[in-house]
Amino acid sequence: MERLEVRWHGRGGQGAVTAAVLVAEAAIIDGKYAQAYPEFGAERRGAPVVAYSRFSDSPILTRSPILNPDVVVVLDTSIDKSIYTNGLKEGGTIILNSSKDNSEILSTFSGVKAKIAKVNATKIALDTLGSAIVNTAMVGAFVKMFSVASLDSLNEAILETFSKKVAERNIEAVKRAYGEVEIVN
Amino acid sequence: MEELTKVEWVRLPLSTNYAVAYAAKDADIDIVSAYPITPQTTVVEKLSEFIANGELKAQMIHVESEHSALSAAIGASAMGARAFTATASQGLELMHEVLHIASGLRLPIVMSVAARALSAPISIWGDYTDLMNTRDTSWVVLIAGSAQEAYDSVLQAYKIAEDSRVLLPVMVGYDGFLMSHTYEPVSVLANSGAALRYIPKKVTWATLNPERPITVGAMANPDWYYEIKYQQVEAMKAAYEVVKEADAEYGRTFGRSYGIIEETDTDGSDLNVLTYGGIYGTLLESSEIIRKNGIKAGFARLRLFRPFPYEEVLKLAEKSSALVVLDRAITYGMPIAGPLAREVISVLYSHGINIPVYNFIVGIGQRSFTENDALKVVSASFEMLKRGQKIDESIYWGVRE
Repeated sequence: MERLEVRWHGRGGQGAVTAAVLVAEAAIIDGKYAQAYPEFGAERRGAPVVAYSRFSDSPILTRSPILNPDVVVVLDTSIDKSIYTNGLKEGGTIILNSSKDNSEILSTFSGVKAKIAKVNATKIALDTLGSAIVNTAMVGAFVKMFSVASLDSLNEAILETFSKKVAERNIEAVKRAYGEVEIVN
Repeated sequence: MEELTKVEWVRLPLSTNYAVAYAAKDADIDIVSAYPITPQTTVVEKLSEFIANGELKAQMIHVESEHSALSAAIGASAMGARAFTATASQGLELMHEVLHIASGLRLPIVMSVAARALSAPISIWGDYTDLMNTRDTSWVVLIAGSAQEAYDSVLQAYKIAEDSRVLLPVMVGYDGFLMSHTYEPVSVLANSGAALRYIPKKVTWATLNPERPITVGAMANPDWYYEIKYQQVEAMKAAYEVVKEADAEYGRTFGRSYGIIEETDTDGSDLNVLTYGGIYGTLLESSEIIRKNGIKAGFARLRLFRPFPYEEVLKLAEKSSALVVLDRAITYGMPIAGPLAREVISVLYSHGINIPVYNFIVGIGQRSFTENDALKVVSASFEMLKRGQKIDESIYWGVRE
């Protein structure tokens, strides 16, 4: 695997940092190299939050911020598009939490040279968790698009992170988003 | 080598803070006293989890300040306990007077420091100003460059601190946030007990015991104070050798060792870059773009700051046309303001080595430092070197004047 650099955008309380960490943990459990870290602001519910993760088959040494990600995962599209598309590599991928039609998404992102995928993570989170904490659904969509970690290891990381009952619901959210994510363009 | 085969490891995704907590657990500490402070807090949170779930039999002493945290560790250590604490930034500053007491009493306490900027203005982000302020406290200071090294260094720290030739407290520093909160793969011992083969629990220092009463922390008059402080000078000298021994024995026991200065491509280079902490990883990943720009740069990372490893610094300087020293702290009022650069220059001067030392101040309050910054810093230094130019003032990289 070539190195993959991912930026996660959400709002405080949606679990963007946990999402970045969970996938990195799963990749490490799989024996790969990964790194995950938050943007390190003072966390406030509702404020825009950024987290980073890197994946590779070889050791990752750098500790510099990811300025040109291969992938951006957007937990909340109410964040201004210019923030999360900033620096995205040409031909990179945007994974959106969206319930919108493909045509509407395409017109919003006309002129953005990126592959776009969408999943209705809010609905999945409400169905499985009973609250709009969309991080694990977005994780499911991400690992479907980029197989940096196995679902088994992801489930293991989730079981380590949450209590059993909550973990099981999150595992369900991952599974559903894994099946439901679709490529828009 | 037979020993090596018996050691089993588990590869876990851990932040450096968690790696430190695993190491303290594997060192079978008896007490941890701490007060929460960003970005250290998750070290002691993890330790309290280990205690709560029975993985570690130790006492967690909750205190009302960092001053008390270290004071409690001192009391416990004076009773013969293997004591641990962790802090950062303002917490380390609040401990400052107690730092001297821990070392003056010759107590082998180990403390982790997630290095962070200081107020005012308030910054929760990383740099090394807090840690560098402890230079003259007579603590042994190790600085790690990865979560794995932080784990290994905490175990080594007890080996060093409790050596009867040393008996000084040891600090293990690492980048606040950029390391403390970054998850990466770390191999920890599968069986905690394995660490105790390397650091058996044996009380090597004078302790408080009602059956053998001694006085600890008494007044020393002018006729003896000086000699007692000179013993610390000698203990620090001894620590220099013990740090090397501890690392070498760790390598023989567990298969990983680091040396005093980690180096890459420093032989036959145009110039060499010296720094400490996590920024070294970014430097290594900048080597390709630097090479593409026609400069052969070597990279070095100092992992022992006190006692200052003058022998290794001299060896590095002797093969360098110039040294670029990157510092993440400021000595205010000094033209050359980087704490590491100042020590390097003093060592070079006293040994008659007259190569250019280009000191750059970077990463203050976690101002980002990327591979591209590394390229620019190295290129600027190389241009100065070609012109035969030296500097008499640090370069404040990227600052808006």
